[in-house]
Amino acid sequence: MADVAGSIKNDTVGPAQWSRGRVALALVAVAVFLTLLHYAGLLPDWLFRIPESMIPPFAGWLDAIFNFVKDDLGLLKLTRTLTEGLEWLLDVTANLMFGKRRWPHIGPIPWTAVAGVAAVIGYYLGGWRMAALGAGTFIWTALIGQWKIAMETMSVLMVAAPLAFFIGLTLGILAWKYTWVNRTIKPVLSVLQTLPFFTYLLPAVIFFKVGPTAGAVATTIYAIPPMILMTTLGLQKVSPEVVEAGNMSGCTKWQLLRHVYLPSARTEILVGVNQVIMLCLAMVVLTAFIGMPGLGAKLLAMMGSFKLGRSFEIGVTIVLLAVMLDRMSKAWVVKQPEHFERGTPWWRRHAILLTGVAVFVFFCILAQFVDLAAEIGRKQNFSQGKEIDTLIKGFLALEPVQATTGAIRYVLNVWILNPFRDFLLSIPTPAFIMLIVAFALSLGGKKPAIYGAIFFSLVALSGWWDRSVITLYSVISAVSLALLIGVPLGIVAARSEKWSQRVLLACDTAQTFPSFIYLIPAIMLFGITATSVVMSILIFAMVPLIRYTIEGLRTVPPEMTEAADMSGATRMQKLWNVQLPLALPTMAVGFNQAIMFAFFMVIIAAFIGTQDLGQELQRTLAGTDLGKNFVLGICVSLMALTFDLTIMQWASDQKKALGLPD
Amino acid sequence: MSADTVISCKNAWKIFGPDPEGYLKTLPAGHSFDDIRADGYIAGVKDVSIDVSRGEMLVIMGLSGSGKSTLVRCFSRLHDITGGTITVEGQDIMSLSEKELIELRRNKMGMVFQSFGLLPHRSVLDNVAFPLEMRGQDKHARRERALEVIKLVGLEGREDYFPRELSGGQQQRVGIARSLAIEPDIWFLDEPFSALDPLIRREMQDEFLRLQAMLGKTIVFITHDFDEALRLADRIAIMKDGAVEQCDTPDQIVLNPATEYVRKFTEDIDKARVVHAGVLATSSDNGTGDPVDAKASVQDLARLLVQDTRAIIPVASDGKIVGGMDRAAALEILLEAS
Ligand SMILES: Nc1ncnc2c1ncn2[C@@H]1O[C@H](COP(=O)(O)OP(=O)(O)OP(=O)(O)O)[C@@H](O)[C@H]1O
Ligand SMILES: [Mg+2]
Repeated sequence: MADVAGSIKNDTVGPAQWSRGRVALALVAVAVFLTLLHYAGLLPDWLFRIPESMIPPFAGWLDAIFNFVKDDLGLLKLTRTLTEGLEWLLDVTANLMFGKRRWPHIGPIPWTAVAGVAAVIGYYLGGWRMAALGAGTFIWTALIGQWKIAMETMSVLMVAAPLAFFIGLTLGILAWKYTWVNRTIKPVLSVLQTLPFFTYLLPAVIFFKVGPTAGAVATTIYAIPPMILMTTLGLQKVSPEVVEAGNMSGCTKWQLLRHVYLPSARTEILVGVNQVIMLCLAMVVLTAFIGMPGLGAKLLAMMGSFKLGRSFEIGVTIVLLAVMLDRMSKAWVVKQPEHFERGTPWWRRHAILLTGVAVFVFFCILAQFVDLAAEIGRKQNFSQGKEIDTLIKGFLALEPVQATTGAIRYVLNVWILNPFRDFLLSIPTPAFIMLIVAFALSLGGKKPAIYGAIFFSLVALSGWWDRSVITLYSVISAVSLALLIGVPLGIVAARSEKWSQRVLLACDTAQTFPSFIYLIPAIMLFGITATSVVMSILIFAMVPLIRYTIEGLRTVPPEMTEAADMSGATRMQKLWNVQLPLALPTMAVGFNQAIMFAFFMVIIAAFIGTQDLGQELQRTLAGTDLGKNFVLGICVSLMALTFDLTIMQWASDQKKALGLPD
Repeated sequence: MSADTVISCKNAWKIFGPDPEGYLKTLPAGHSFDDIRADGYIAGVKDVSIDVSRGEMLVIMGLSGSGKSTLVRCFSRLHDITGGTITVEGQDIMSLSEKELIELRRNKMGMVFQSFGLLPHRSVLDNVAFPLEMRGQDKHARRERALEVIKLVGLEGREDYFPRELSGGQQQRVGIARSLAIEPDIWFLDEPFSALDPLIRREMQDEFLRLQAMLGKTIVFITHDFDEALRLADRIAIMKDGAVEQCDTPDQIVLNPATEYVRKFTEDIDKARVVHAGVLATSSDNGTGDPVDAKASVQDLARLLVQDTRAIIPVASDGKIVGGMDRAAALEILLEAS
């Protein structure tokens, strides 16, 4: 990619670019020289790695700051007070959904009633198919014997999602109304969005009690940023004439917001709702790491003890929930109000609502008399965990399968991954930073290069250099493999309209799955090994790559491909000379997302057992090492930000140079 | 300013750009629209002075981008003017507090927007009732009133439709109905009939004239359609590059264009249809014989003008002779047209 960038740049910009290439080249040369010196044993140790004695105790400082805020400023008192309100809410939903013994002592709501209501809502939003999806999801969950854990997850989701919605909406309105709020919020948001989720978890545990409360807090915070962004965007897009009509109707400021702005921004706000729900689901599953019970915790336990059958079943439940929530909230986005003919009777206007209430009441009463309608007992469910487990393990034990996975594992580990890792580790720190800076400079220019230098120097100073390099190694190797598979797949799919649509739909669906899910197939095939880590990242990172490759290729303006056709280009020539160069900026966005996803996944995958930052991060969760937790989290964030800045800068430069819309 | 002036606009400026006030202060006299644009500013309204009296219908015309909508937005203070003064009912609208402005809009002003500005999530009925709702009227009363005006614009039976379920013309009529709901004294209409078919357009114009005659509203009306302007206007203001080139009765505009631009603008118009006998009654000699009506256009009198032999024909308004019309001059206008 670098030389394509170079060539296009050279044509358009000229001498300034040339010197940029020169500087990058010089940096690479110095880096190579330093590395060779090290191999020859001539490099002094202090140039290879920063000596321990020079590493400032960031973690200790951060701890001191936290303790100050927590105890001296009394923040802990405040949050513990907030906790009580939140706890009360969580207790209510817990009681309703799975019958926790708390006020209002009504629950649990029978599973049949939940499934029935889901079907009615589904029907309202998207007809019979959505109704089937809604009912089917809950019926599956109940029959497979996961009702209680699924409802534990849902009860937190039901509190966290509305909370994130309201906070996000309020902040979004403020950011739209007052520029200073906007200016304060923007940088915080961009950092929040690259911080690994683990960094959210520990503060939540410390400031709010362990368990559902901390889980709900972490989930809420995690889901707020997109809601803010979508709200602001929606409000900015309201047509000025509609606002003027409101003004001429004599609206006060409040009336204007309530009756004109917010309803007109409905679409964007609902897209925000969709994102809030999906992020909440993704995060609520991950809160298993801080001991929140539910689907995530169960999945973690099952994978940990290598019970593949049960893991698979829980995976299906999570996927079904994700697909259902996503489809329904998206259907809500496009649902437009429709009028009833005049003289439609009252009950017909509210038919859906009435049916919903009727179904709910019916099943609640039914459950009083038929036990099965209320709850499916331990012995009655249809879980095939053991059978599937034997099946998968039997399959894996088959000679040819074992040979294949074994071979892949061997080749990957011995020939590619381990040598690559050892090579990266053998590069002296200063040389490594120079290489990164050279990369950022040649692609993105001066600004990303400067940031890259600062960010990676900070990582070096953090004292976690080796583990950071291993993290980076997992990311780079997984994303490179994903590139090798994903881009050709995308190119092939983009050839026909039909396949593009199908693959895009599959990618869209896959993107709604909580990241945890991607561990399951990797573990199934490769067991709990380092290969699984790379494999799970690979699958996760491939989704955006395929998606953006297709999108990039499909949106090449038809005049251009037609011009190529008329010049007598073959399919290959057209692809290489016209379509790919034009699609590259869009593909770069996919590449960037793949890297971000990989940084995210590498930390989750640490659960399988790696030697990178992720594992250290997970270890901090067990204790109260808030400072260390933050240092580690920020290391990940800084590395991710460097890539993000560089690639996005390159993509937008290219788009401008090619005259494509942003 | 006479007692019956409703809107009075004195040297009003509206400049778009990074620092309009600062720019206007340093603006040398005689800077043209293009000079201003070269400085990175746009003169939406450029030094406009115009008065609208009670019960008058002022029609604003001009090419696209000439500042018609901007001027009307200044009248209703949807835009804050950059310089000059605009008074409405004797109050300087720039000095109104937010509360007073809301009161003014709730009780006195109505506006129909060029691209309708309907609220997408509200039904026709709720859109029309919106200004009443903002005023805090109770549900029953506002429903009653909304149904009344919906009927007036011919949208009965579609009260429960949503804007997206209506055609452009129907949406436009919802906009008209909404602005009528509060019975405004001052009514701003920005190309209110542009999306209507000729039949309904004619109907709405008639309805309009009826309302105007009955209620005596003060109306500022924007249109691109000269026929419409002639049917409705008491006076026509012609705008170019933010400035009003001429503001006068239709007869005067075609007979005595103030600038070359206005002459070009009105070139293709059939003058015989515009000019009335009353305007031509300039002769000091009143003439003899049967008088013609001052309100009759030259075209209406075509046959008479050709067949009559008198040199001066008396013109009567409300049964009183107001002057004599030079037949040759009238014939000249008639012939020039054909
Ligand atoms: N909010 C704004 N910001 C900047 N420029 C504006 C704004 N509103 C209008 N203008 C400019 O002011 C000029 C006059 O616009 P205006 O909408 O008044 O034209 P118009 O006469 O109503 O045209 P049309 O017949 O197309 O409706 C145009 O050049 C337009 O670009
Ligand atoms: Mg206009």
